[in-house]
Amino acid sequence: MSHQPVKFYQTGTFTVGNRLLDESIRSVQATKTRSNSLNSGHRACQGCGEALGARYALDAAMDVSQRQLIAANATGCLEVFSTPYPETSWQLPWIHSLFGNAAAVATGIAAALRAKGRSDVRVIAQGGDGGTTDIGFGCLSGMFERNDDVLYLCYDNEAYMNTGVQRSSATPPAVRTATTMPLGAEPGNPFGQGKFVPTIAMAHRIPYVATATVADLFDLEYKVKKAIQIRGAKYLHIFVPCPLGWGAASSDTIKLADMAKECGLFPVFEAEHGKVTGVSKIRKLIPVEDYLKLQRRYAHLFGKAPATDVISKIQARADENIRTYGLLDTDVR
Amino acid sequence: MTLKQIEGSQGVAEAVALCRPEVICAYPISPQTHIVEGLGEMVKAGQLRAEFLNVESEFAAMSVAIGSSAAGARTYTATASQGLLFMAEAVFNASGLGLPIVMTIANRAIGAPINIWNDHSDSMSLRDCGWIQLFAETNQEAIDLHIQAFKLAEELSVPVMVCMDGFILTHAYERVDVPSQEQVDAFLPSFEPRQVLDPARPVSIGAMVGPEAYTEVRVLAHAKQIQALTLIPEIAAEFKAHFGRDSGGLIQPYCCDGAHTVVIALGSVLGTIKDVVDELRAQGCALGVLGITSFRPFPLMEIRQALLGCQRVLVLEKSFAVGVGGIVATNVRMALDGTGQKVLTVVAGLGGRAITKSSLAATLVAAMNDQLEPFSFMDLQHEVVDRALGRERQIRRSGPVAESVLRDIGVVASKIS
Repeated sequence: MSHQPVKFYQTGTFTVGNRLLDESIRSVQATKTRSNSLNSGHRACQGCGEALGARYALDAAMDVSQRQLIAANATGCLEVFSTPYPETSWQLPWIHSLFGNAAAVATGIAAALRAKGRSDVRVIAQGGDGGTTDIGFGCLSGMFERNDDVLYLCYDNEAYMNTGVQRSSATPPAVRTATTMPLGAEPGNPFGQGKFVPTIAMAHRIPYVATATVADLFDLEYKVKKAIQIRGAKYLHIFVPCPLGWGAASSDTIKLADMAKECGLFPVFEAEHGKVTGVSKIRKLIPVEDYLKLQRRYAHLFGKAPATDVISKIQARADENIRTYGLLDTDVR
Repeated sequence: MTLKQIEGSQGVAEAVALCRPEVICAYPISPQTHIVEGLGEMVKAGQLRAEFLNVESEFAAMSVAIGSSAAGARTYTATASQGLLFMAEAVFNASGLGLPIVMTIANRAIGAPINIWNDHSDSMSLRDCGWIQLFAETNQEAIDLHIQAFKLAEELSVPVMVCMDGFILTHAYERVDVPSQEQVDAFLPSFEPRQVLDPARPVSIGAMVGPEAYTEVRVLAHAKQIQALTLIPEIAAEFKAHFGRDSGGLIQPYCCDGAHTVVIALGSVLGTIKDVVDELRAQGCALGVLGITSFRPFPLMEIRQALLGCQRVLVLEKSFAVGVGGIVATNVRMALDGTGQKVLTVVAGLGGRAITKSSLAATLVAAMNDQLEPFSFMDLQHEVVDRALGRERQIRRSGPVAESVLRDIGVVASKIS
C-alpha cells in the first residue's frame, strides 16, 4: 500500500460536527460555546437515540435562549438515565415530577415566570412517547389549547422502553413488544390502532408543530431554535431509535432514523397554526422492507415464510404518508 | 375591624387574595368552585395581580402548582372529593418535592355512590400524603387559617391543606372579619423559596432516590411535620398578636377541665357539639369538647395532655376506614396509649346527613351511661341495611346496591334536614 488518501471530512462537508463550517451554518453542537445541557457520564444505552436527540435539542434551545431555559421532564428513560442522584447530567434548571404531567408542570413554570416578569426565560417540557401520547396526553392537550408558552419535546422510540419495551399508542402495527408478542393469528401490535400526535397537536391550531429525526440534526436544531423563539405552545416530535427496544445494532441508530424518513414511514415536516408549511423530501426512496429488516422487533415478518401481506400493509402506510405530506419531489416520482 | 356578611367561599377567596398568590390554578368541583370563581373575578378585574389558569383537570391543577411553586411563585389551588383523588399522585409528589403550595379542601364525600355533600372522606383518604392538614371550625377560622397556612408552608417548605366543610362552611353566609392588606402584609413575608428553578443557579429537582437514601428523605418529611407541631402554635400566637383573635393552633379544648367525657371532632360540627355540651353541662353532665385543628401533624402529646383526667373519649368523625372503623379514633388511641381511657367512635354526617342536636344529645347521654357500642353510626337506618343484606342473601343477581337502597327508602330527591 503505497498511498492512502486521508479524508479531512470537516473541511468540505456539511457534517453536523464540522467545526470548520461558516458560523452561519455551523451546528450548535459544533460550536465551542455549546452548553452540554445533557452532560456526558449519564447512563443511557450505547446508541441511544433519545440521549442524542435530547442533547442536540436542549443545546440548541440553550443557545437561542442565551442559557435562560428551564426544563420539566416526564418519568422515563431520559429521567432515569440522567439523574441517578447525587449525580445529574443536567446543566440547566431541571425538574422531574411525574410520568403524566410534564406539560402541566411546564405550564406552571411558565406561569410563575410570567408572574415574575421573566419573559427572557424559556420553558421546555420533555418526555418519551408513552409519557406524551398516552399517560401525559390530557396535560399535553390542555397546555396546547391554552397556548401556554412551552415547547414540548416528545422523544418517540415507539414503545415504553424504560419499563421493558411495552406497547404505547405510538407503537406501529406488527411491532413485537413485551405486551404485543409475535404470537397468534395477528402477531405483534394490531393494525388499525395508535395515533400520530403531531397531527393532533396541529388540530389545536398552536403556533408551531414539527417532526424531526436524529438522522438530520441540523434540521432538529433548526426546528428547536425556531420553536423557542415563538411565544405560545409548540410541539416537536423527534424520532429516536432505541437499539435495546427495537433489537437493532447500536451503530444503526442514525441509519434507522434516516431510513424511517426515507421510506416514508416517518414524515418529517413543520406546521404553523395547523397548516403544514414545510416538508423534508425523501432524497432516495427505499422500500419499508429495508428498514424493517434491520430490527428484531419485526423479525417475525422475515422468517422462512416472510409475511409479505403484512409487509405490504406497512408499505401502504408509508405510501399514504408520501401522498399525504408530499414527501416525494414530483420530478423524482 | 369591619365585619362583612359574606359567603364562606368568598371569605376564603378574599383571604387568599390578601396573601398575594402569584399563580392560581382552577378546576371546578362542588363545593369548592365559588372560591376559585371569586379569585378569578379579582384577577380579571385587576384587583389581584396573579396568573389565573383554567386547567383541564385536578391532576393538571396540582401539576401546574408543582411547576409554579418550583419556579418560586406563591401558588394556590382548591379542590374537593373526586378532585382530590384525581390529583392524588401529584398531591404526594408536591409534598415529596417539598413545595409549599396551599390548597383549600371543601370537604365532600367520595363516590360511588356519587354524592356532593359534606363529610371528611376526601381529606382523610390523603391524610398520610405528607401535607399538613388544618381543619377550620368556622368561616372566620377558614379565613385565618389560610393566612397562617402560607406562612407555615413557606417556613417549612411543606404544602398545607386547609380543610373546610363543604356547603356547611363554603356556602354559609356569616359575618366575618376580612383583614386589611396592610395587616396581612405585616404578618406574611414575601415568599423566599428554599429551592427554585433558576437559570442563574441551575439545580435538578425530583431525581431518582434508591434504597440508599429513600428512608432518610422520608424521615426528613416526618421531621418537617414534627417541626410543624412547634411552629403551628407559634404562628397562631403571632397571628393573635397581629389580628387580635385566637385562630388555629394544634387543638382547641373547650370545658375539658374536670370533664369525665370529652367529645373529639374536627371542623364545623364542633359548633353544634359545643351547643349540646353546654345544654347537658347545665343539667350537671361532666362533658368537655376537644377540637382538633391540626390533623397532620397529629398532636399526640397535646391531645394526651388535654384528655388527662377524663374517663372516656367520644370521637365523632365524618368518615371512617371501611373494614376497620374510626380514623381519628385510631389516632386518638395512639395519643392515649397505656392510659386505659375508653375511646368510643361515632361516625356521623356521612354524605351530608345532618348531625342534629337531638341525635347528638342522645348519643352523648348513651356514652355517659356506657350504653354506646365502641363503634357506631349516628342515625343509621338499620332496617335499610338489613334489608339490603337480606336481599343479597336471597337473590344472586340482587342488582346495584345504591339504587336498591334508594328504592327501599322511597325518596325521590335528596334533602338535608
